[in-house]
Amino acid sequence: MGVTVQEGHKRRQVTRAWRRLTHSRKMFVGCLILVVFGLVAVFGPLIDTRSPSAMGGAVLQGPSGAHWLGTTETGQDVGAQLIDSTGFTLMVSFGAAAVATVIALVVGVGGGYLGGLAGEVLSMLSNCFLVIPALPLVIVLAGYLPSKGGVALILVLALTGWAWGARILRAQTLSLRRREFVLASRVSGERGWRILLSEILPHVMPIVASGFVFTVIFAIVTQSSLAFLGLSNVNTWSWGTMLYWAQTNEGLQLGAWWWFVPPGVCIGLVGMALALINFGIDDVVNPRLRIVARKRHRLLRRERVPETQPVVVKGTGWRPASAGQASGDREVVA
Amino acid sequence: MLYLARRTGFYVVTGVIALSINFFIPRLMPGNPVLSLIARFHTQITPKTLAALDVLFGVHHRAGLWAQYTQYWREILSGNLGVSFTYFPTPVTHVIGSSLPWTLVLVGVCTVISFVLGTVIGCVVGWRPGSVLDNLLPLSTFFSTVPYFWLGLIALFVFGGLVHWFPVSGAYNTSVPIGWTWQFVGSALYHAILPGVTLVVSTLAFWLLRMRNMMVTTLGEDYVLLAEAKGLSRVRIMGMYGARNAILPNIASFAMALGFVVTGSIVLEVVFSYPGIGYVLYQAVSNEDYPLMQGIFLVITLVVLLANFLADFCYVMLDPRAREEA
Repeated sequence: MGVTVQEGHKRRQVTRAWRRLTHSRKMFVGCLILVVFGLVAVFGPLIDTRSPSAMGGAVLQGPSGAHWLGTTETGQDVGAQLIDSTGFTLMVSFGAAAVATVIALVVGVGGGYLGGLAGEVLSMLSNCFLVIPALPLVIVLAGYLPSKGGVALILVLALTGWAWGARILRAQTLSLRRREFVLASRVSGERGWRILLSEILPHVMPIVASGFVFTVIFAIVTQSSLAFLGLSNVNTWSWGTMLYWAQTNEGLQLGAWWWFVPPGVCIGLVGMALALINFGIDDVVNPRLRIVARKRHRLLRRERVPETQPVVVKGTGWRPASAGQASGDREVVA
Repeated sequence: MLYLARRTGFYVVTGVIALSINFFIPRLMPGNPVLSLIARFHTQITPKTLAALDVLFGVHHRAGLWAQYTQYWREILSGNLGVSFTYFPTPVTHVIGSSLPWTLVLVGVCTVISFVLGTVIGCVVGWRPGSVLDNLLPLSTFFSTVPYFWLGLIALFVFGGLVHWFPVSGAYNTSVPIGWTWQFVGSALYHAILPGVTLVVSTLAFWLLRMRNMMVTTLGEDYVLLAEAKGLSRVRIMGMYGARNAILPNIASFAMALGFVVTGSIVLEVVFSYPGIGYVLYQAVSNEDYPLMQGIFLVITLVVLLANFLADFCYVMLDPRAREEA
């Protein structure tokens, strides 16, 4: 078997994809924002040692030198709360996405590879969970939970957020299963789990990555909604609980915009960073979008040339249509 | 038609699974909070209500699990969801019946507006990739990932608090008698503007981006090239060749999108104190009103299933392949 030739080809492909990934501006900006938030989450509480719950004399004050982001109704520092909240919020979101991705891998890839009745049942299950609206279910689950700590939250979010990843993974696995290299290794007597791990898994990795990113967005929004409604532990600092306290203490009616704007902006920024990363992944793994864009480019140019003049290609001000390609929502045959 | 029949079968199964989840949650969770709820209301509960609650939430575990399950189905199918403790002693179905229409109209109308608007704009923008929208991309992703309720808070702060253009809570003017009068409908519309616009703004980017991307992909197909070569008009190419095909995945993924819309509008109703089903759900949770909570979960799920069925129906109308497919 021409292993060396194949492997060399494979390696070249990987290098090219990697270069495209690292040169993507969207990817870079997205990662940069995430890294900044990550650093704040890890080192923020060490540098800024003020307690987010400590009450002070300066009550309900706007941003100033002493309190960069102002203070709450009880004189707590909004900036300190924001820094302390970052860690918990990110930890729960990424933790939930990690657990959900594992479930999605087992159900999606496992079900897709196995096929047969088990595969059908697993597919049915993930489609059902996709249709059942997540938040009402999360709310009911959270309503019954006796403890509402981080681990419980992670499990509830993972339990309601795995279906989308499972569905796209299953579709991809179904198509991979019939590819020649998989058939070849099956014919050569490889064992099932080995084919899964070394042949199929590497090829679904981009989808796993973009599914993971997508689930983090879901988890961060759902978690914040839950906390805002007062359904998670309101004494643990997260961006959602900050909004909960701002709402409960009528920060809005008191005109304290510095109280509820920063947590929302942080949620939006992290979401944006994740979406940008997803766009970056998509640009690399979905060559169809690139090719199509190029083809269309030629067409447009031809269109704009007046018929009576000799064919002169003018600059049309067109830029590669890479910006904003569909990300986690690649179309899927169910 | 086989396609629709298969989808119907799928929704029936999903409905059964949702109802079963509803059955198992109170039984699997450690401790049964309904028990303490009943203890608190003990003097006011009639034996008949108590028996119904027992069936729905498995308080006493007298019967075996399977017997409980069949009994539960009998209660649900006869339309009995127990009594609400928040609005004691109103039956859960009555509470839901009076709040559901508000949500259906608000969320339904806004979703349709947002879908149509986003699809049309996305279609036009996708026709010429590399235009202004691509530069606005980070901003539009920001708006599509920020929670709806936060945008609602900002809208409330600016338009309700700073400039006092719109009312800050409720769904209608309480001094106007309820009925199909111009005055009442007008006040209901006036109250719906702020939550409605927030909902449209937060969901628009999602449809717009998807439609734009599908449009870019579709316009690269050979049959579009052929249409251009034949010299068909641009409107015809954009509508019949591009948009008609580009819109299909959007409708097919309606299910996922609707989940987000429902999630977002539940919290949005709390922000605007809009007396829809999301607001009632919030009150149910705050008061640990488990029968109401689970009843609302069921009704929301069933409505979402129905909406998905309607989307499937549209899909069949638009895509001849779905009609032909065996």
